Amino acid sequence: MSTIIDIKNITKLYEMGTEKLYALKGVDVVIERNEYVAIMGPSGSGKSTLMNIIGCLDTPTSGDYVLNGKDVHEMDDDELAEIRNKEIGFVFQTFNLLPRSNALHNVELPLIYSGLSKTARIKRAEESLANVGLADRMKHKPNELSGGQRQRVAVARALVNNPSIILADEPTGNLDTKTGEEIMALFAELNKKGNTIILVTHEEDIAKHANRIIKIRDGMIESDTYQTARH
Amino acid sequence: MNIFVEIKESFIIAYNAITGNKMRSILAALGIVIGITAVTLMQTAIEGINRAFESSIGAIGADVLYVQKFEWFGKEDFEVYRNRKDINLQHYEFLKKYIQSASSVSPTVGSPRTVQYGSLSLESVFVIGTTEEYQKTVGLNVDEGRFFTSKESEGGYPVCMIGTDVKNGFFNNMNPIGKIIKVGSYSFRVVGVIEKQGSMLGLFSLDNRVIIPITKFYKLFGTRRSVSINIKANDLNNLEETKEEVKSIMRKARKIPAGGRDDFGVNEQAAFKDTYNQLTSLIKVIGLLITGLSLIVGSVGIANIMFVSVKERTKEIGIRKAIGARRRTIMIQFLIESVVICLGGGMIGLMISFPISLIIDAFALPTAMPLWVVVLGLFISMFFGVLSGFFPAYNAAKLDPVESLRYE
Ligand SMILES: Nc1ncnc2c1ncn2[C@@H]1O[C@H](COP(=O)(O)OP(=O)(O)O)[C@@H](O)[C@H]1O
Ligand SMILES: [Mg+2]
Repeated sequence: MSTIIDIKNITKLYEMGTEKLYALKGVDVVIERNEYVAIMGPSGSGKSTLMNIIGCLDTPTSGDYVLNGKDVHEMDDDELAEIRNKEIGFVFQTFNLLPRSNALHNVELPLIYSGLSKTARIKRAEESLANVGLADRMKHKPNELSGGQRQRVAVARALVNNPSIILADEPTGNLDTKTGEEIMALFAELNKKGNTIILVTHEEDIAKHANRIIKIRDGMIESDTYQTARH
Repeated sequence: MNIFVEIKESFIIAYNAITGNKMRSILAALGIVIGITAVTLMQTAIEGINRAFESSIGAIGADVLYVQKFEWFGKEDFEVYRNRKDINLQHYEFLKKYIQSASSVSPTVGSPRTVQYGSLSLESVFVIGTTEEYQKTVGLNVDEGRFFTSKESEGGYPVCMIGTDVKNGFFNNMNPIGKIIKVGSYSFRVVGVIEKQGSMLGLFSLDNRVIIPITKFYKLFGTRRSVSINIKANDLNNLEETKEEVKSIMRKARKIPAGGRDDFGVNEQAAFKDTYNQLTSLIKVIGLLITGLSLIVGSVGIANIMFVSVKERTKEIGIRKAIGARRRTIMIQFLIESVVICLGGGMIGLMISFPISLIIDAFALPTAMPLWVVVLGLFISMFFGVLSGFFPAYNAAKLDPVESLRYE
């Protein structure tokens, strides 16, 4: 196994006027390739903040972060964008699809930013949508799809550029139990194929799919335990 | 290449954003529409005036000097000119006798008169009295028939040349040669028709004229009028020397003592051009101010709309950044949107000004929108598109992805 994420003593400070708030108060995490990690913790404990830093969407106030052997701290804006484009697939609680674009175009989008040709993009976007079982919904816009289907589109988009890491911030938070389980089955499959998955949730039922559970409280890691995933 | 894919995508986004907000886009582009309409119409009008001027100024002749009592665009009081002695045929003959650097010299006098043919009558036809050399001096071509001869000129024969306006007024498809027309109450035989000259600056026609021998003119209409002496220089490049020669001969003819001031003007086309250029550059400056102002107002309008557009799409920007859009990508996206709005406005402006230019062409000035004006219009639109889009696009590009995603 090789290390894919190496985080040391990361903090995140939010300053609102005179008020200072440490969302992360020194977090250390090492995640190996092909792990399936669930991050749990109460609301406001810093889960999303940590995810955003791991996903290179946000930068820590202090601490070191080495991703795939590269020091994220030294990357400029464009390099971070490229990491987000090629190495990371995001899945959000609120789906975050472009409302005016159909499923196919939403999934195609990361490939546009990779500079792929139109035909290559369409081919890969179609494959990716077919993989999540939406071959017959490509031309639908988000508001013409159910919540579960929207999240599948988001998963297809996250996967389309073959990222090494899937980051999912409460991906089932807006879904009913059944559709939530379907999405989780999708993740299990991806993990089997070799993807590293990091998932934020506060549902025990969801977390049981992971091999490892990291619990966060008040911006600090409370526990970090390994388990056998049950699907 | 990455960038082409991004640019292509940006055009699609721009298209969707603009058509998704049609009314707003149209309102945003309004200032540019007005600005471009104004710019292109102004340029087209100036072009038209220039063309009219160029074709009119040709009739004056670049290498011809006009010795007259008045100076064109002279700076002295009108009184000064009016009190000068008339220029008469003796001065003409003196000049003709001594001048070395001229290839031809001819005197002209003229006044508007009523001209008749049978029961047809034309008012205010300009009747010119001159010699046969006039044709060479000012470079007239004859359409039909011939110019009168030196014998006819010196002998004061009742013969005339007519302009095309007179020909069309009287003769339609008939052959005018040999016909007898009446100038005032005197009969003249038509010997030739002068090629169409067009109009002087669109103000009056150069074809509404009758040319008769100057001796006849004097006999019938009197001698109490000042002559204009037209002198064609041997060489356009030595026009200044010819001018000096003309002045010194005229001073002798007019017996002006050494040190005395000239009491005549030696006029040339350049005086017209100078005045014309002054006038049009004034028009240009005023036009530039007006159109510049409307373009700036338009540009501010578009910048405003673009700021709103960026604000509204904050979430979208966050999503795009989260999946790999660079700053450059977002920047290009909004710049292209604003350029497309401005270009659209510019095209609408051209679609408005083009038919107007056709109307101007039909009723006022011979003009046509030159291609370069169209290109200029589009170029200016593009320029203002970049200008108005720059700051909104820059703002969008540097948005923080996490905060943008949180934006509702
Ligand atoms: N942009 C921000 N400005 C100020 N405070 C923030 C900001 N984002 C998050 N926080 C605060 O940081 C803490 C952690 O937030 P977050 O990571 O979103 O928690 P979680 O995802 O675990 O619910 C919370 O107290 C939250 O209010
Ligand atoms: Mg959260």
